[in-house]
Amino acid sequence: MANEILTSTSSPQTGLDEQTAVVDFQGVSIAFDQKTVLDDISFTVARGETRIILGPAGGGKSVLMKLANGLLRPSSGTIRIFGEEINHMPERDLFKLRAKIGMVFQESALFDSLSVEDNVAYRLHEEHVSEAEAHERVVEALKFVELEQAIQKFPSELSGGMRRRVSIARAIISKPDLILYDSPTGGLDPITSTTIVELVMKQRDVSHTTSLMITHRLQDAFTLAMNRFDPETGKMRPIPDGGVDESTKFLVLNEGKIVFDGTTLELVQTQDPWLRDYLS
Amino acid sequence: MPFVSPEDFAKQKVAAVQDYSTLSWQAVTAIFSRPRYWADIYTQMDSIGVGSMPIIVLTGFFTGCVLALQSATSLKAFGAISMTGNLVALSMVKELGPVLTGLMVSGRNAAGMASEIGSMRVTEQIDAMRALGTDPVRKLVTPRLYATIFMLFFLTIVADAVGIAGGALVSVALLGLNASSYFHASYRALEYADVVQGLTKPLFSAFIIATVGCYFGMNTKGGTQGVGRSTTQAVVISSVFIIIVDFIVSRAMIGIFGR
Repeated sequence: MANEILTSTSSPQTGLDEQTAVVDFQGVSIAFDQKTVLDDISFTVARGETRIILGPAGGGKSVLMKLANGLLRPSSGTIRIFGEEINHMPERDLFKLRAKIGMVFQESALFDSLSVEDNVAYRLHEEHVSEAEAHERVVEALKFVELEQAIQKFPSELSGGMRRRVSIARAIISKPDLILYDSPTGGLDPITSTTIVELVMKQRDVSHTTSLMITHRLQDAFTLAMNRFDPETGKMRPIPDGGVDESTKFLVLNEGKIVFDGTTLELVQTQDPWLRDYLS
Repeated sequence: MPFVSPEDFAKQKVAAVQDYSTLSWQAVTAIFSRPRYWADIYTQMDSIGVGSMPIIVLTGFFTGCVLALQSATSLKAFGAISMTGNLVALSMVKELGPVLTGLMVSGRNAAGMASEIGSMRVTEQIDAMRALGTDPVRKLVTPRLYATIFMLFFLTIVADAVGIAGGALVSVALLGLNASSYFHASYRALEYADVVQGLTKPLFSAFIIATVGCYFGMNTKGGTQGVGRSTTQAVVISSVFIIIVDFIVSRAMIGIFGR
């Protein structure tokens, strides 16, 4: 039931045709205190695509994610989300646009004074959804991340992995058309990381939601690229014959520049010395 | 610590004033359009108003007590000890009530606002709020601003009242004055202009407390150390501003009412 409701392939609320890129960066640069963090970044993410963003720490990945959500404004270049240019969009209009975007923050960013239920239902409360409906949807979202028993708890009572799962539940409760995962497995142990990757995969394969995911763990990235979620067993399974998921692509950043933009196969076959060194 | 050129320093200060002004304007005007967070306003009223009551009562009461005690010595020299009520009432209502209430609430609430919002800032909760489609100024700053303005007004009245009561206690118990004549002198001493002056000041103080506290909270950088720095700056700057603005308002009121 929870899976059906949360992961049903919702009709696009964006009014976009299939050809329009959900995320479109063209020549985007941003600098803080005269230090360039991202330099001339151009890439697109198509509908239903999962784009994994890799790169060394401090390469501007999180900044790129915040630019995609309009939390930061670029110094130059153009960013289009769902076909709408957001560079100069007033904050009030950005709030409406963000209703179609879910975001999982690096450190979860749960509201520590609110319970898990109120955290997950935050957006629903803002939209004045009735208490009964909000509760029902929160339970469904928490079932999706297998954390329904924690509904009454507060963030301080949860482990790092549980907080990350609550953050995912909060991001998906409004069935967004785009999900931004900022290092959802960062700082977690390998087993918990795999649980989180499985949830990302579940969202990808069952609802086909467009997403951007930052990760520092190559293992997580390749798990996502080489496995599929099996709704019957509720577990991920390797794609037969060493195949890769066609909807999963990679973007590699280094020192604020794109060093790779392509498919999984192109990445593993790359001849770029820096990239080979990074992947090894 | 890196050297900052005078030009950059000046630019930073001007930019900070600009950011503060913008934040204040947004916080003030947000109440005139939807969504309005009434529940947050009531919560803040409880936290700022009811929560500050004990310190305001204690501060006001003992200020009134010490004012009566100290002034009695000077008044006695002129044979005017019966004017103690007059002096306590005027001092409390025009000056000490509003200023001390402002300073106490500043120490308690400007610090609280800066640390609470600052912690949210450094843990990305403010960004999460924006990502979830909520304007943090509307949700966090506006309720604190209006709750402080509303509650500080009444807290000042409470401080004035208990201050006069404290003065009465000392006058009767230690100075041997008649309670009735003390209150009569207090009542006769106050004029409309004095009350208006005393109740105008908390409106300005409250604006300073809320906007300065929230400004430093919203601009916190540098983890837990940054939160501590913001909290200290919020208290220091709001306290200094309260005293400066108190002088300006006093001068303006004297200009308007002639006393």
